[in-house]
Amino acid sequence: MSATPPDGTAPLAIRVRGLANSFGDQVVHENLDLDVRRGEIVGVVGGSGTGKSVLMRAILNLRRPQAGDIQVLGVDALSEDREARLAVERNTGVLYQNGALFSSLTVEENVAVPLKEHYPELPPDLVHDLAVLKIRLSGLPDNAAMKFPAQLSGGMRKRAGIARALALDPALLFLDEPTAGLDPIGAAAFDQLIRGLQQTLGLTVFLITHDLDTLYTICDRVAVLADRRVLINAPLEEVAKFDHPWVQEYFHGPRGRAARQATGKG
Amino acid sequence: MGQAPAIEPSKSDPDILRATGEWTLVHAARLLDLIERAPHVAKDIDGRDISRLDSTGAMLLSRYATRVGLGLATVDVKPIHQPLVESVRLICETPPRDKSKDMGFRRAIGRLGFAIEDNFREIVALIGFGGLSLQTTLRVLRKPSRIRWTSVVYHMESVGLDAVPLVMLLTFMVGAVVAFLGANVLRDFGAEIFVVDLVGIAFLREFGVLLTAIVLAGRTASAFTAQLGAMQSGEEIDAIRTLGLDPIELLVLPRLFALLVMLPMLTFLAMIAGLVGGLAVSVGSLGISPEMYLVRMHDTIAIGDFWVGISKAPIFAIVIALIGCLEGFQVQGTAESVGERTTSSVVQTISLVIVLDALAALFFMEMNW
Repeated sequence: MSATPPDGTAPLAIRVRGLANSFGDQVVHENLDLDVRRGEIVGVVGGSGTGKSVLMRAILNLRRPQAGDIQVLGVDALSEDREARLAVERNTGVLYQNGALFSSLTVEENVAVPLKEHYPELPPDLVHDLAVLKIRLSGLPDNAAMKFPAQLSGGMRKRAGIARALALDPALLFLDEPTAGLDPIGAAAFDQLIRGLQQTLGLTVFLITHDLDTLYTICDRVAVLADRRVLINAPLEEVAKFDHPWVQEYFHGPRGRAARQATGKG
Repeated sequence: MGQAPAIEPSKSDPDILRATGEWTLVHAARLLDLIERAPHVAKDIDGRDISRLDSTGAMLLSRYATRVGLGLATVDVKPIHQPLVESVRLICETPPRDKSKDMGFRRAIGRLGFAIEDNFREIVALIGFGGLSLQTTLRVLRKPSRIRWTSVVYHMESVGLDAVPLVMLLTFMVGAVVAFLGANVLRDFGAEIFVVDLVGIAFLREFGVLLTAIVLAGRTASAFTAQLGAMQSGEEIDAIRTLGLDPIELLVLPRLFALLVMLPMLTFLAMIAGLVGGLAVSVGSLGISPEMYLVRMHDTIAIGDFWVGISKAPIFAIVIALIGCLEGFQVQGTAESVGERTTSSVVQTISLVIVLDALAALFFMEMNW
């Protein structure tokens, strides 16, 4: 692996250096560095407008940064080389905030789309079985496979989105506010699903969230975005002690205290 | 790409199969091939030398194990792969559900039935929606201050004024074509002057209003459906209802009033443009002077022809506005649904406009108007 960190703990799944993003005069990121190690769940937090989604879009090459270097799984994510890009795309799965399922296809067809596109040589019955496997892995009942996204509840749509994100057996999973809009029970179940999938499939997870419970229960490390860069990227206990007004407000405000007590950490 | 997957009898005991390499999605085709060529029985499978395993690989390993008469539970794998194999085993050993799709004759009959039922419902819904709009109109007319004038004027501009160039251009062209075709036939009788009667009657009675209505059905009914459909899927219409406002009053009536005013005006312009088209051809290639064209028209065309044509305009305006809005309200959330409903609204308005026009032609003919 070309991207081995100096301390040599685990090879890096994502390595961002000197990233700069701006919209016109408005600078979102400046000289931003971020490391995500293989096999860990990193939660990205930050106030509204600190560019959490912009960071994810830059790593996914959905938007070109003004400056900086991004490596995903050891491959230059900004490279123009089609082969290199394809390797990255096959190895990343993304769950968008509202699922972003194709509304004209059933859940099973949604999951099958990337398989058919990247592996056209696979026989249809294997594609079907793989789709069913992913749908079951994401905890959906079998009868959801034939339904259209509009017929599913919000939580089920997210699970279907996960099933599609896992279609190509990626090593890296991006989740954009996975528990937003779910009830607390559904959100807790979804957290456990992410944890479970991460452990069984050995995934690396890049997770944008506002949900303190998610941070406390499943994240190995937390990256805080503020002041146009990643302030700190460390285990939660360390982050909670970090001396910055936003961090203190976030982790020690009423909601932060409640979440901390609930999990008995910190 | 890494080491290709393989499975072969181990050296110590030929009945024990030893799996090696990367059992991943990338190698799925090769793995299927291995399953194809698997022996009928084996005592055990040793998966501890599998270097990489993903869920696809685990599923295919399970298939392989089943094929040689074993279960995935008996396969040894590296501890790191154990949780994956365990969850895939649980999933794969759940009996698959019935995946047969009925594509046959029964399905075709079923679809026909659904289509008929849908059309019937569409008709009922349109009648109901017409009644609801009429009721709301009457209520609003009793209190004219409730009419949304800004909205009405805005829609008058977008459905009427903005359509003027298109409507006039099209009717001018059709007027010219009708004059040309008519002249070709009438020339044999030396009766080219009758081209004026032909163009005049055709445009005043039928073409002016019909062409305008068809253009607006394509241009405006679709726009109404898409606008209201997007609002419906964004839950804006539900918001309007829960705020105690009436979506019919707020959204449908301004569109209906705008069309009721603008369609007759556009029809008038269409008639003029058609007549001018005929005039252009008559002057340009039939040798009829403009004065002669106008005098002839004045002599032969009665004002009744104009009234017959223009009287249909409000009817068509109602059809276009109501179908456009009704289809918009029936959108169900998805992008695909907006597309389906827009198509349906254009098809319905154009067909209904033509059917109504044919019926009206029969009626006026019988009445000798």
